[in-house]
Order: sequence, then structure tokens, then C-alpha cells
Amino acid sequence: MTDASQNYETGQHPDLPPPLSEVGILGWLKHNLFSSPLNTVMTILAIWFLWAFIPPVLDWMLFDAVWSADSRKECWALMEEPEGAACWAFIKSRFSLFIYGFYPEASRWRVDLSFVLLVLAVLPVLVDKMPGRKFGLIYAIAFPFIAGWLLVGGLGLEPVETDQFGGIMLTIIIGVTGISFSLPLGILLALGRRSSMPVLKMLSIMFIEFIRGVPLIALLFIASSMLNFFLPPGTVFDLLLRVLIMVTLFSAAYIAEVIRGGLQAIPRGQYEAADSLGLNFAKAQILIIMPQALKISIPGIVNSFIGLFKDTTLVLIIGMLDPLGIGRASLADADWSGLAREVYLFIAMFFFICCFGMARYSLYLEKKLHTGH
Amino acid sequence: MAAISETDTGTSNPLLRLWRDKETRSVIIQIVTMVVILTAVVLLLRNVVINLEAVGKTFSFDFFFYPAGYDITFSPIIEYSSRDTHLRAAVVGLLNTFLIAICGIVLSTIMGFTMGILRLSSNWLVNRLVYCFLEFTRNIPVLLHILFIHGLVVTLLPVPKNALVFTDSFFLTNRGFFVPLPVWGPTAWIVALGLAAAIVFVFFFARWAKKVQDETGKIYPVFLISLGAIIGVTGLAFLAAGMPLTWSYPELKGFNFKGGLALKPEFIALWLALSYYTSCFIAEIVRAGILAISHGQTEAAYALGLRPNRTLQLVIIPQALRVIVPPLTSQYLNVTKNSSLAIAIGYMDIVATVGGITLMQTGKEMETMIVVLLVYLSISLVISAFMNWYNKRMALVER
Repeated sequence: MTDASQNYETGQHPDLPPPLSEVGILGWLKHNLFSSPLNTVMTILAIWFLWAFIPPVLDWMLFDAVWSADSRKECWALMEEPEGAACWAFIKSRFSLFIYGFYPEASRWRVDLSFVLLVLAVLPVLVDKMPGRKFGLIYAIAFPFIAGWLLVGGLGLEPVETDQFGGIMLTIIIGVTGISFSLPLGILLALGRRSSMPVLKMLSIMFIEFIRGVPLIALLFIASSMLNFFLPPGTVFDLLLRVLIMVTLFSAAYIAEVIRGGLQAIPRGQYEAADSLGLNFAKAQILIIMPQALKISIPGIVNSFIGLFKDTTLVLIIGMLDPLGIGRASLADADWSGLAREVYLFIAMFFFICCFGMARYSLYLEKKLHTGH
Repeated sequence: MAAISETDTGTSNPLLRLWRDKETRSVIIQIVTMVVILTAVVLLLRNVVINLEAVGKTFSFDFFFYPAGYDITFSPIIEYSSRDTHLRAAVVGLLNTFLIAICGIVLSTIMGFTMGILRLSSNWLVNRLVYCFLEFTRNIPVLLHILFIHGLVVTLLPVPKNALVFTDSFFLTNRGFFVPLPVWGPTAWIVALGLAAAIVFVFFFARWAKKVQDETGKIYPVFLISLGAIIGVTGLAFLAAGMPLTWSYPELKGFNFKGGLALKPEFIALWLALSYYTSCFIAEIVRAGILAISHGQTEAAYALGLRPNRTLQLVIIPQALRVIVPPLTSQYLNVTKNSSLAIAIGYMDIVATVGGITLMQTGKEMETMIVVLLVYLSISLVISAFMNWYNKRMALVER
């Protein structure tokens, strides 16, 4: 059959296998790494970079690192060369501080419980195949108030001052509150900006453009130093609450712009179709317009949420102890000073996991809701 | 009123009937909103007056003309000492904000475009490496980057005595990066005049060349001629003015360097961190912009006989820029706003001077915060105005 001398009619020759250099690993390498001289140089540079960079970092982070010690000196004594590797014992000894801040130890079960409740509230929102999802959603709406009661206390629980809140717990409180309240507010603002009523439209535009024009830091300064001038004399207004309101308003303005983009992409025919069905404004929005507009704006909305979550670190500047604040305060401890890299890396890891997770979920959601062709 | 009588709402209650009419309802809603907002504003202002009176403060901007009494370590553009007024301190802060914003925008654009193009490379390894860097960097708060880089600069770099030296006049230490500073002589205005004249010439020449090309198709090497004009005219002016330029070199005196320009560690840390953080977002914008141009455009350009570099220059880049520029401007705005994080590491920008030390020294929360807000609002208004102008110019002209 495979006799080379065999003659075939024109066009009857069976297909030959592709040359070895074009398929399999070799072909892949040729096409993806060495397709041109420039590519070859870049590949070699990249390999050199990885080889020079990855092993020392892994050594520093994992293989040579010290996991349990009582002080920096002890840590360094355990290493082959002092200061040559990470000292995770520091993070370990401060772990509860990083999680709870200065929340009273006796009441920390309330934080844990709130976290479990948070997971239970988030699950029905994220997973749409949950049994009993409807009740889950109602519970999710009630959750912020339950958690607020659990964390702050009162009504039978021992009250905890909010200036004792700190660490990752504070980040999650600000992040979750901001996310859950800024979305509805953002939708309202976007509708206001597209409204045919000039007063509402103007107010929305002024609000959105003002907030988007100034840095969050300035707004937080206002919250911490200036806001009490606007309140009736003698009012005591909790700092955390002021920050929560500012962060929510800030994020709502950005989300409003994202949703406005989504609304603009909805063809006029959709509004007219809703009108011709006799739906009133609210029903048309809830049943026809918003499901489509929100679907388009998902990537933008999630990006705003990620931005909000990262921006929670700014409360450090007005003196609240988020993980970064706790880290900086811990570095002032004479026993452990000089271990900044470990602290920053640990906090960076926390934020990376949260934000990357959100970004991935948004990609998944986009794919799931994609009904185009 | 005619509209109401025409709609039969099937109710005899006049108020309900008013509410059911679309137009009257919108008027009612607007009036109610207006009243609520105005009442709130009046109440808030009244509270402000009462509260200010209660603590014995007045609302005035006089304090701007009192001596500031605090030092600003980094003021490379204008002279400043602690005997100057708060106003001058504010100007220093404003200039520092502009400086970090402009430097950050330039560096982040260069890094962002490089990484965006590398992300499109067919080289799998390079592509993945850049992707990992981008994902890792942009999912971490920018404040963390700033603090981290600041920590690195301060702890890892050598003390001035053991400075890292480049070509005998650049010194990298943990007190900052010391570079030679140009000192202009009294006749330097001639050079400035020459440069201005060259720029005006280039502007009109480019317009004329474009007109000629539109009418006759003749192409002049606009870029080379412009470059030559700018270098030539400025150089001639420089020679004519008797070379009014000397350099001030940094020298080690005691424990620190004197002379030259000292780029403080705060500045370097803020600049680097802001730039590479923002460049990650710019890279994604650039990548999306280039991917948005369909391959058919390239093929059509080839079919017209354009060479690859002309294709890129005349067909792909102009179209990609239309997609890239609007989000890019908002990133530039972000750099400017994020530069306010300077306060965390002690770089004295407008927030740190007016909203920080001046506020604390004078106790004028309202006035200082109003100034800070106005500064940022004006910057963002200018940038938005530019973006609208650009969008209008670049908008697709459709049939």
C-alpha cells in the first residue's frame, strides 16, 4: 500500500501525515515560542527571567521561611542567613488581630457567626440552582441588618464600640455594605440621569459628576472632619457609619455610569414594546429594561465592586484599622519591626484572592447569561 | 389642563386624577423633589452656621495669607520656606500634584502600551508572563503598592555614603535619587522664545502640509521637518543667547547630598507605584482597542497596496485610538485622583498640604476641604472637556 513507486490517478493520492515539526509538542513550540527571531529572543529572555526570579522568591516565601518563632531575632537565628527568608511566625502571632482588629475576645463568636451568615446569604445570590432560592434571597436582603445587630450589639447583646472594629472584618463590613447598597442606589441614579424630568436629571448629573470628580480620600476626610458641622448640634454620628455612607455614595456614582452605559445600549423598540403592552414605568423597568441593561453592564459593575473593595484600604488614612492599618501598627512593635515585606505580602494575598475571585465569577456570569450567537 | 380633561381615568377624586395624568405627575414629582432638596440644603446650612458659631469659628479664607509655619521637603518647582503663607504652601501642593500626575501619566502610558502589545504577542510564554503580572497587580489595592514600594526604597537602597553612582552625577540612595539640575542664565528667555517660535511654525506647517496632501496627494516628511525645525531653531537660539545653561551637580556633604535635584523617596515610590498600577489597566484598554479593529481592515489595506507599517499607521492605529482614548482619559483622571494617596507616605500634594497640615494648624475644615474639592473638580472638568472635544472630532461619520 505505502509503496513509494506506486502510481496514483491525479488527485487520488492519500493525505500524507503532516511533518513532525508542525504537530504535537514540537509544532506547538515552533508556532508559539520560536516563530521568528524576535520571538526566539523574547522567549529566551522570558525563560531567563523566570529562572532568575522564581526560585529565589519561592525559597524566600516557602522553603527557607520560618513558621514559628517568638520574635524577629529568634526568626532570623533559625535561618541559614539572617533576613534571608520570610518570617511567617510574625503573621501567625498576629493572625487574630489581622482578622478581628480589637474586637473584644469574648464576643468574637459574633463575628464568626456573622461571617457564616454572610456566606449563607451570598450563596443563594450567586448560585441559581440552590433549592429554596426565593427564601434565600429574602434572607439576603435581611442579612445586613441581622449582621449589623450581631456586630454592634444592643438588644440583648453586649454593645461593642465600632472603633474596636478592625482587620479583615472591617474590610468585609465596608465592602459588603458598599456593594449591597450602592447597586440599588446606582440604578436609581442611572434612571434619574436618563429621566425626562429636568429636575431629577439635573440633580442626578450634579451628584454623579461631583462624586466622580473628587478622590475618595477627600470624601473620607469630609466624613471624618467636616460632616458633623452639617448635623444638628449635639448629634453623635458614628465614624464607621459615616465612612460606610461615603463609600456607598462614591461607589454608587460609578455604578450609575456603568448602568447608564447599559441602558443606552437597549434599543428604543424595547421601551416601545413595553409601552404597547400597557406596562407602567416600574413594571417596564423591572420586567423588560433592567434585566437586559444589567446583563450588559455586569463586567463594569463587578469592576466597580472590585474597585470598591480595594478602596476600603483608604480608611487607613483617616485612622481606621483595616488590615493595612493593623499591619502598619504591628510593624511598630519593637519585637517584630522590619518585617514589612511579610505583612504586605500577606495582605496582598488576601486582596488578590477576593478580587480575582470576583473577576472570575463575573466572567462565568457573562458566559452563562450570554444569549447571543 | 386640557390634557387632564382628555384622559378618562375613571375616578372622581380630583387629586387621584391629577396623579394619574403622566405630565402632571412628572411636574408634581419634580416640585416635591425640589422642595425636599432645598429644605435639606437650607437645614444643613443652618446647622453649619449654628455649629460654627458654637465652636467660635468664622467662615473666611483669610488664613491663606498667614504664615504656614511648616516645612515642605519636596518643592522642586518653586521656592518655599516655612515662613511663607498658607497660600504658597497650597500652590506648592498643587504643583506637586500636577508633577506626580504628569510624570505618572507619561510612565504609565509607556508601560501600559508596551504591556498591552506584549499581551497580543503570539509568543505564548511572554503573553502568559505579562498576563500574570497584570492580574496580580491590578487585584491589589494601589495604597498597598505605594506603601510597599516606599518601604523597599527606604530600606533596600544604600545610605548616601554608599550611594549607587551612575556616570558620576546620578546618585541613588535611600534619601532619594539625586540628579543634576539645569540652572538657566538671565538670557534664557531667548531660548524659550525660539522654542515657542518653532512650535508655532510646526503647527502651521503641519496644517499646510495636510492641505497640500488633501488637494494634490503630495506628501511632505512632516515629522522629520518638524523635528528639525524644533531642534534647529531652539539650538540656534541657544547659541545666540550665549549658551545660558549651567548644571548644578549633587555632591556629598556630611550625611547627605547638596545641590542638584533631589527626587525624594516619597516621590519615587508614589511615581513608580501609581505608574505600574495604572499601566495594568491601560494595557487592557490598549489590547481591547486593537482587538476591536476587525482583521478585514488589515486585509483591505493590503488589498489597496499599503505596506504593513503604513497599514498600522494609517488604518489600524487611528481606528484603535477611537476605542482607546475615552477609557484612557478616565485612567489619566484616576492617576490624578489616586495621587491624593500621597498623604499616606508623606509626599506633599494638595491634599497633604491644604487638606492635611493647613487644616490641622488652622482648624478651618470647611474652607480647606472646599479648596481641595474645587481643585479636583476643575481638573476633572478640564479632562472631561478634552475628552468630549476629542470624541466629537473622532466620532464615526456615518451616513
